[in-house]
Amino acid sequence: MTKSNLTRRGVLKSGAVAGAGVALPTIFTASSAAAYTNEPTGGTVTLGFNVPQTGPYAEEGLDELRAQELAVEHLNGMGDGGMMNTFSSKALKGNGILGKKVEFVTGDTQTKSDAARASAKSMIEKDGAIMINGGSSSGVAIAVQGLCQDAGVIFMAGLTHSNDTTGKDKKANGFRHFFNGYMSGAALAPVLAKEYGTDRRAYHLTADYTWGWTQQESVAAATEAMGWETVNNVLTPLAATDFSSYITPVLNSGADVLVLNHYGGNMVNSLTNAVQFGLRDKMVNGKQFEIVVPLYSELMAEGAGANVQGVIGSMNWNWQLTDEGTKAFVKSFGEKYGRPPSGSAHTCYVQTLLYADACERAGTFNPCGVAEALEGFEFDGMGNGPTLYRADDHQCFKDVLVMKGKDNPANKFDLLEIVEVTPRAQVEYAPDHPMFAGGDLGKCNPGA
Amino acid sequence: MDVILPQILNGLDKGSAYALIALGLTLIFGTLGVVNFAHGALFMIGAFCSVSLSRILNLSYVTEDPTQTDFLGKPLKVETPYLEAWFGPEFGGALIDWSVPLAILFSIPIMILVGLVMERGLIKHFYKRPHADQILVTFGLAIILQELVRGIYGANPIQTPAPDMFRGSIDFGAMLGFDPNVIIYPYWRMIYFFFSAVVIGGVFAFLQFTTFGMVVRAGMADRETVGLLGINIDRRFTIMFAIAAVVAGWAGVMYAPINAPNYHMGMDFLVLSFVVVVVGGMGSLPGAVAAGFLLGILESFASMTAVKEILDGIDQIIIYLVAIIILLTRPRGLMGKKGVMED
Amino acid sequence: MLGLNKKDTSLLMFVVALSLFAPIILNIFPKDSGFAFFNGGYPDLMQRFAIFGIFAIGFNILFGLTGYLSFGHAAFLGVGSYAAVWMFKLLNYNILPALILSVVVAGLVSVVIGWISLRRSGIYFSILTLAFAQMMYAIAYSDLFGRWMGITLTNGETGLQIYNNDPQILLGNGPTSPHLFGLEMGARKVLSIGPWEFVFPVGYYLCAILLILSFYLSIRIFRSPFGLMLRAIKSNQTRMSYTGLNSKPYTLAAFVISGMYAGLAGGLLAAMDPLAGAERMYWTESGAVVIMTILGGVGTLIGPILGAGTIKYMENIISKMNEKLLHDWFSFLPESLEYAMVWLASWFTGEGWHMTQGVLFMLVIIFLPGGLVQGGQKLASRFRRNKADDTATNATPAE
Repeated sequence: MTKSNLTRRGVLKSGAVAGAGVALPTIFTASSAAAYTNEPTGGTVTLGFNVPQTGPYAEEGLDELRAQELAVEHLNGMGDGGMMNTFSSKALKGNGILGKKVEFVTGDTQTKSDAARASAKSMIEKDGAIMINGGSSSGVAIAVQGLCQDAGVIFMAGLTHSNDTTGKDKKANGFRHFFNGYMSGAALAPVLAKEYGTDRRAYHLTADYTWGWTQQESVAAATEAMGWETVNNVLTPLAATDFSSYITPVLNSGADVLVLNHYGGNMVNSLTNAVQFGLRDKMVNGKQFEIVVPLYSELMAEGAGANVQGVIGSMNWNWQLTDEGTKAFVKSFGEKYGRPPSGSAHTCYVQTLLYADACERAGTFNPCGVAEALEGFEFDGMGNGPTLYRADDHQCFKDVLVMKGKDNPANKFDLLEIVEVTPRAQVEYAPDHPMFAGGDLGKCNPGA
Repeated sequence: MDVILPQILNGLDKGSAYALIALGLTLIFGTLGVVNFAHGALFMIGAFCSVSLSRILNLSYVTEDPTQTDFLGKPLKVETPYLEAWFGPEFGGALIDWSVPLAILFSIPIMILVGLVMERGLIKHFYKRPHADQILVTFGLAIILQELVRGIYGANPIQTPAPDMFRGSIDFGAMLGFDPNVIIYPYWRMIYFFFSAVVIGGVFAFLQFTTFGMVVRAGMADRETVGLLGINIDRRFTIMFAIAAVVAGWAGVMYAPINAPNYHMGMDFLVLSFVVVVVGGMGSLPGAVAAGFLLGILESFASMTAVKEILDGIDQIIIYLVAIIILLTRPRGLMGKKGVMED
Repeated sequence: MLGLNKKDTSLLMFVVALSLFAPIILNIFPKDSGFAFFNGGYPDLMQRFAIFGIFAIGFNILFGLTGYLSFGHAAFLGVGSYAAVWMFKLLNYNILPALILSVVVAGLVSVVIGWISLRRSGIYFSILTLAFAQMMYAIAYSDLFGRWMGITLTNGETGLQIYNNDPQILLGNGPTSPHLFGLEMGARKVLSIGPWEFVFPVGYYLCAILLILSFYLSIRIFRSPFGLMLRAIKSNQTRMSYTGLNSKPYTLAAFVISGMYAGLAGGLLAAMDPLAGAERMYWTESGAVVIMTILGGVGTLIGPILGAGTIKYMENIISKMNEKLLHDWFSFLPESLEYAMVWLASWFTGEGWHMTQGVLFMLVIIFLPGGLVQGGQKLASRFRRNKADDTATNATPAE
């Protein structure tokens, strides 16, 4: 092959392309034709489900995916409708969204900001996804939220518990249904004071990244307000697998409560190690030593097994609730997949329905219209009691559950029990609360 | 003292895991000259031998208990392990309880088989290939093994408790005259330390005092000459590979109760074990073991609050910092041999 | 042409053509056809192809020529990204200062790390680079440097991003997304021809031009006396030192050049998507560039680009094949067979995409020791029957 040949062909090709550009009326730039990014034009609308399918949170991601598929099924009028029957808004009719059949694409976040943004981008740029939902960590949620803001699509966060998601890093196109570190602290503190007394000395082990920091700050502030003293706060590396060297100094410090601000594999290991070292059998300062895990999930409890017995923590939602919405959701999820849904599955399911409902009420898929419909939206029947999507920061306000590890679980789904349903009023805070300060929602971006 | 002593214990315990993994790795890497990125996977398979045996011993038949209901309101399914049904809850329960120690035996044939298949089927063809090729092929293998485990057991960690009698902890402080509760240590971690000491001692004795070991050591030093003497060194290297696999597997079997095994635990240990081997010095078994304990103890010290106050976050970088300092002051690590993997 | 011999010129032209027509080649399947799933011609993926191509080309200058296996190259990529995002935060969204700074910063960091690490060779060198990179990853992930100095430097695991209240002293009324003197990276032209749809993104073409320049530079380095010297060092360093030649300046130069390539790649990642995350520096990312290079063919000019493309394609396309899609594809089969096929395929797709990667690594390295380039040569020689005898037996990688 000689170069002249190649060049000639290249010239011919580019000539052809240029010619086509001039001749064909169908050519358009993205900015001129559509009113907003990925405006659905055919009979279908595509949602993007971006969950961790590999890496440490893979199991949680798969449970989210199950719930999202179920939500799509219900939106399209298949199955028993689940929470659509108990949802206070009746805009959804089971004929898709705005009459368009719902389709979905999936991506793997790998629980890495980069990979999560790449898969979200591919769903937006290639598959025409109009909304991104899912995720299992705050770093990823914040990264994807920023991307969706720039791209002009709605982000319905999955599991993300850092105060920053709707605080320092809040975005106009992002919405969080899940609760946050502040709410965990506010819900836990009274229960802890009731169960363990107000004269306690707490030792914090905290995962050394933003979620850990914000949760530790929140829990320490809430417990200190109840009269507890924070003896020490030790930051542990995310990569740590063996926490023995962080746990041995605990008993020496005069603390009588250990607070584990860990999640996922970190939490399974640190709790296992703490129990191994016999902390829960000890008496310190004349009191029984206790362990607290501020953020619980079913899958983590399953991983930690018998070690969670008697350990108190908080949750966004649990399948053991007895309201109609929960019952409907657990029934349709359980019948399809043979297991009760996890809290992260619930939040993804609800977020998908809330998005669809907002589109119906707004009468458009335009992110600005959808955002307006979601802002200040009051609803019920989704398992958490009366809930508000606050306009100021796009955070949902609802009841928070305080959970405790069961002493005699009947099976592996039955590891936790509900200690208290903390009413919404107790976990509310002002939008300019110092733990959430410094953010700027900005303006909604419809893209294009 | 009461602050330092527990951290020394922690360091010895972490170090024994590092040393065991590094010992197996250095047998393959430092002596056969194969950069084995699948070594972490061998450790992981070992841990899952524990999980599998406990699953096998827990095989259950299902009966329905109409008095209780599950989350969907159907009769609750109650599982009774066959072993308890056959041998009575007493003995059957004890067998299930002891599944981790039993897995030490259970893992031997499995790890030997895995080691033999790996060496004969794959590694053998890569002795003369560049290290880069070895990395790629063993990394590919590690991914496949890891994905198989994920496919079978899922991504969540699986608790694999030690026998009941070894749960709980021993109060060292009280024995040594300190206040109670100051220095406590879990039984199982003590057992892990002694177990690894025995295994390490056994491997050294085997290489030092048996004819087989002598030939292998000679082969490490000068493979060609030993081959010229008419000794079939290849077969012996195959056996060494299997031994290394068993050592890595055992490290995993006994580690299962310390931290619940998950499918990516091998990758978590992989980089660290390479650092340990290289810091110890290429081709040196004592070096690998010494480096394992050294890094384990330093890592534990670095996580003390008093040390972290000097430099925030030092516990995250200590291992790499120490590795850099050692490699810059001692060109071949602690006890490395000249000319091994230096080009 | 351009100081290249005929063979190199045609290789360069091949890369140029590949880069310019990638939007067409990668979207070869009509938009609504069943195969459209396999299209990779959307901006983000194409940009990644080009960026990681640059990264791998740079890595190959060090590894392919000198044989020094760095296991910490992702650190330079990460540093480049952070530098670029800081430029966006301080000045404005113009990518030119950002790219320049990311190359400079990565170059400086690689001088330091290279100068220290190159005091050792072989595996000791690899572990030194790995240790440096892992340290930098930990420092970035928990923002340790920032904490030591009392500022926010990397913004921890969330990643460094641009906020509305950042200084951005030159912003004025300029664009609020990365641009080159007003030409926005996110802009694109969409061309619909019948059932086909092609996307021509500005950002991609910028990356592609830089890829072509990087590739050209790497050809020149490979063919230069400097390149020859590096190869001599690879083949026998002891003999080189006996001739009284100090090889370190040469290897250090190669190290720094490849570090700067990585910095450019990192800066481009930030220019296409203004966020810098610590995961970019993790050892698996350093491992990924090693693997891209080996997979494509070590020491070959074009191999690294092919390797980078293959890996990024798998990561982004195969991971998106979910079970619903598989059921759609296999729905022509009888039901029991359909489920069996879906079960089998799901081991390799969706959440199992790592498995496909593992299998590919093993197959390529077992059957094509020279990487994908060798595979290409085998294919080519099979087509060129008349020449089959010389090329098939002579399987050395083309350079």
